[in-house]
Amino acid sequence: MWAGIIFSLRQELIVTGIIFLLLFIKVRATEYKTGVLLNLVNLLLLVNFVLGFFGCQDAALFNGMFHTNKLLVLEKNMLNLGTLIISLQAYDWLKGHRQVLEFYLLLLATLVGFFFMISAGNLLMFYLGLELSTIPLAALSSFDLEKRRSSEAAMKFIMSSAFSSALLLFGISLLYGATGTLGFDTIAQRLDGSAFQLFAFILILSGFAFKISVVPFHLWTADVYEGSPVTVTAYLSVISKGAVFFVFIQVLYTIFKPLAGNWYRILVLLSILTMVTGNLFALRQDKLKRLLAFSSIAQSGFILAGITGSSRTGDASVIYFILVYIFSNLGAFGVVSLISAQTGKESIDDYKGLYATNPLLSWIMAISLFSLAGIPPTAGFFGKFFLLMAGAGKGNYVFIGIAALNMVISLYYYLRVIKAIFMDSQPEPIGKLKIPLLPNIAFLVCVAGIIMTGLMGWIYDYIYSLSIGF
Amino acid sequence: MNLSLLVLVPLITAIAVLFCRGLNGVRWVSLAGASVQLLLSFGLLALYWKERAAGNSAAMLFEYRHTWFLPLNIWYHVGVDGISIAMILLTALVMEAAILVSWSIRTMGKEFFALLLFLSAGAYGFFLSLDLFTLFFFLEVSVIPKFLLIGVWGSGRKDYSAMKLALMLMGGSALVFIGLLGLYYSTGGATGPHTFDWQRIAQMQLPAEVQRKFFPFLFVGFGIFTALFPLHTWVPDGHSSAPTAASMFLAGISMKLGGYGCLRVAVYLMPIAAREYSPVIILLATIAIVYGAFATMMQKDLKYINAYSSISHCGFILLGIGMLTRTAITGAVIQMISHGLMTALFFAAIGMIYDRTHTRLVAQLGGLLKIMPFISTIFVIAGLCSLGLPGLSGFVAEITVFMGSWQRAGEMYRLATVLACASIVITAVYILRATGKSIMGPVSDPQYNGLADATWNEKLAGILLGAGIIAIGVAPFWLSDLLASGIGAIMDHAIIIK
Repeated sequence: MWAGIIFSLRQELIVTGIIFLLLFIKVRATEYKTGVLLNLVNLLLLVNFVLGFFGCQDAALFNGMFHTNKLLVLEKNMLNLGTLIISLQAYDWLKGHRQVLEFYLLLLATLVGFFFMISAGNLLMFYLGLELSTIPLAALSSFDLEKRRSSEAAMKFIMSSAFSSALLLFGISLLYGATGTLGFDTIAQRLDGSAFQLFAFILILSGFAFKISVVPFHLWTADVYEGSPVTVTAYLSVISKGAVFFVFIQVLYTIFKPLAGNWYRILVLLSILTMVTGNLFALRQDKLKRLLAFSSIAQSGFILAGITGSSRTGDASVIYFILVYIFSNLGAFGVVSLISAQTGKESIDDYKGLYATNPLLSWIMAISLFSLAGIPPTAGFFGKFFLLMAGAGKGNYVFIGIAALNMVISLYYYLRVIKAIFMDSQPEPIGKLKIPLLPNIAFLVCVAGIIMTGLMGWIYDYIYSLSIGF
Repeated sequence: MNLSLLVLVPLITAIAVLFCRGLNGVRWVSLAGASVQLLLSFGLLALYWKERAAGNSAAMLFEYRHTWFLPLNIWYHVGVDGISIAMILLTALVMEAAILVSWSIRTMGKEFFALLLFLSAGAYGFFLSLDLFTLFFFLEVSVIPKFLLIGVWGSGRKDYSAMKLALMLMGGSALVFIGLLGLYYSTGGATGPHTFDWQRIAQMQLPAEVQRKFFPFLFVGFGIFTALFPLHTWVPDGHSSAPTAASMFLAGISMKLGGYGCLRVAVYLMPIAAREYSPVIILLATIAIVYGAFATMMQKDLKYINAYSSISHCGFILLGIGMLTRTAITGAVIQMISHGLMTALFFAAIGMIYDRTHTRLVAQLGGLLKIMPFISTIFVIAGLCSLGLPGLSGFVAEITVFMGSWQRAGEMYRLATVLACASIVITAVYILRATGKSIMGPVSDPQYNGLADATWNEKLAGILLGAGIIAIGVAPFWLSDLLASGIGAIMDHAIIIK
């Protein structure tokens, strides 16, 4: 019995184990080498990633509070991989930072929170997991301790998170009042689409919308992304968003399946609003972090378009896209992070003439941006194609047309960055930068992921074989 | 023959180029890759004739299928018929010439050749695809290399042109994308399995309302690539800002992707809608022909002259497709190939002139025939082909389009044909004026006297393209025989529906 529990919970347990290890080091050791510590954490995360590939049984633990299956293990593994990449990329920045231990404590706490949230079989468990990840995230965003903007970002983040959590909690309690249960499987049977239930649903939806920065709940995103350290911004925009999307789609496809007719129209509207707003704001940004923030809002809109498909293709396309998104966005953020750590430059104008001095970094950036824009042969093309294809399954071609148009708009601002890097020049371009070993490995993983994920169709086939829909 | 080789050879060459040391290595590796590709293409033509002579009457030869995304029924599926082979030959010829004329590229030579080769891999893949997903994949592959080629190595308002081209072509792709999804979901009933396999879609005979709904998306989407009238504005800017090799590729091949798509995807799969929309297509094509010709008359820059005349000439392609008679469509395909060769030769000659005189303005040029006889000769050949001189490919293509168009009865169609014919006079005006002023007469600037004629690589490029033009012009039947079976399939399909 214990063996079964341990095996089902292995991903959570390993990450928790790392947290405890770090805590012991913090309490007991008076002196430690930062480099060794960083390598140790990365190694353990890698072990966790590898172990995630071993098969698992479907299981429901603790009276259905926690359940696991192949799909969930895969999703957690994707998040784990993303965290590992971020951790590798942050090597430079962390090595010079005073509070490395605390950084990892907080980071891994959020990861455990996401793991539990994804595996939740009960709204209470889900909320617990979400909060476990939200509060450390706020602390993380103020991790540039000397910068005022960073504290400001943390403040904004904690306020908006608290607000969205409150909405979510209110919705959950109303739903409990309406159905008398919190279990995922039982709620679905007791939904009849009454006005009261719809109200509860709308509140829950708004709570989610905050977390995945869907317009009109996106206002915190740009400021928080800009103020936080680049590493944390990357984590927020990829891991945090990906995790919430995983749960969101599960909640919609299982609990709220009876209300599909209602949420379909809401999601179409939100998707259009999000894409258009994100793209239009991204057009005029001069700071790369803000540009990536708005582009990540726009990407949320595309993911919503995939969710509206409400078929197995929809589920598979969303999970596949998030995998692709992890590689492409982290590739881009990795470059920004490296340049920011070594030179402190973060605006698009600073990137002018980058190709002359740093061809490798320029190509990594270009490939990542092409993937974000959805240009073949990068994986982003396949990701976007499948999302919109799933969305088109409902036959709403006006919606898909608007989405396709948005892909053209988004190409403009990605190309602006490409233009600055490859075509423009400036008197004092960024000098030749040294890429340390670990970030280099991270870049290799990202680029390989961007190129291979699309061309190797079996990855999608595998995700599809696990996905759900109706 | 394994058709994937045709995509792999340029890709491998592009990667090999990146690992080369020194500019000379880069040049020779690229040239070797392009030459292998050219030989492969001719080998493919020979094999195709051999198969056909042996009595193999399958619509597509050398088919190869491999699963790509099985749950969505998406396959990597390639195969060729006469039309694809003709387009592949064109691409291989133009690429070989483009690499030869780029010999003098110095800044970032490695990247230039790699991007050019990568671009061509996309075009080969596009012409080979039998699955609409594969086709769309290769169509979009080519957008970004063009952007970089123009933006980094271009001249004039290159930033603006590159961005405009990328966005407009991406817009075209977006329209194509919607059309493809519409086709996909209308196959296989409500629950599927849906398919992207175009031969199967053609057999299914989609319902008329589906065709009416999605034909405009596909036709206009592909039409943007081939300068469909109100959406042609990327052509003059893009072509004239691009470096020579990129201009050759853009006008010679990239615009043909659109024509090929219009014919193969839009018209072939949706014949009912094609018939219904054909007056609109013909109207737009006629406007493009006449407007393009008049606009060319006003240009002073040689590259702009060729770019605007491309709009006019690509109008003939759309006119032929819109007329929907067998002869007109054959003419349209011949025009694609003829225009591809001719415009590539034209841009090559303009590039050579510009490299030497550092100007492309007609008013500043003069008497070049005395100084650089070879370049002037190919310049004149390209010009005469453009105005449709018998014996060159332009004549064959245009006369076929006109004859085919005349077969379509109806006052409006007759009028369009007459207007299109009349545009040749305007073509003659601007071509003769431009060539006369820059080639003949006294040398306009004494500094030009010391300029050298074409180098060996430029001569080879000129001879290759010129030979193609003359081969089609003198003996057009081998080409129309090659095309006959593919066009026959399209026409049979249209007749069954009728």
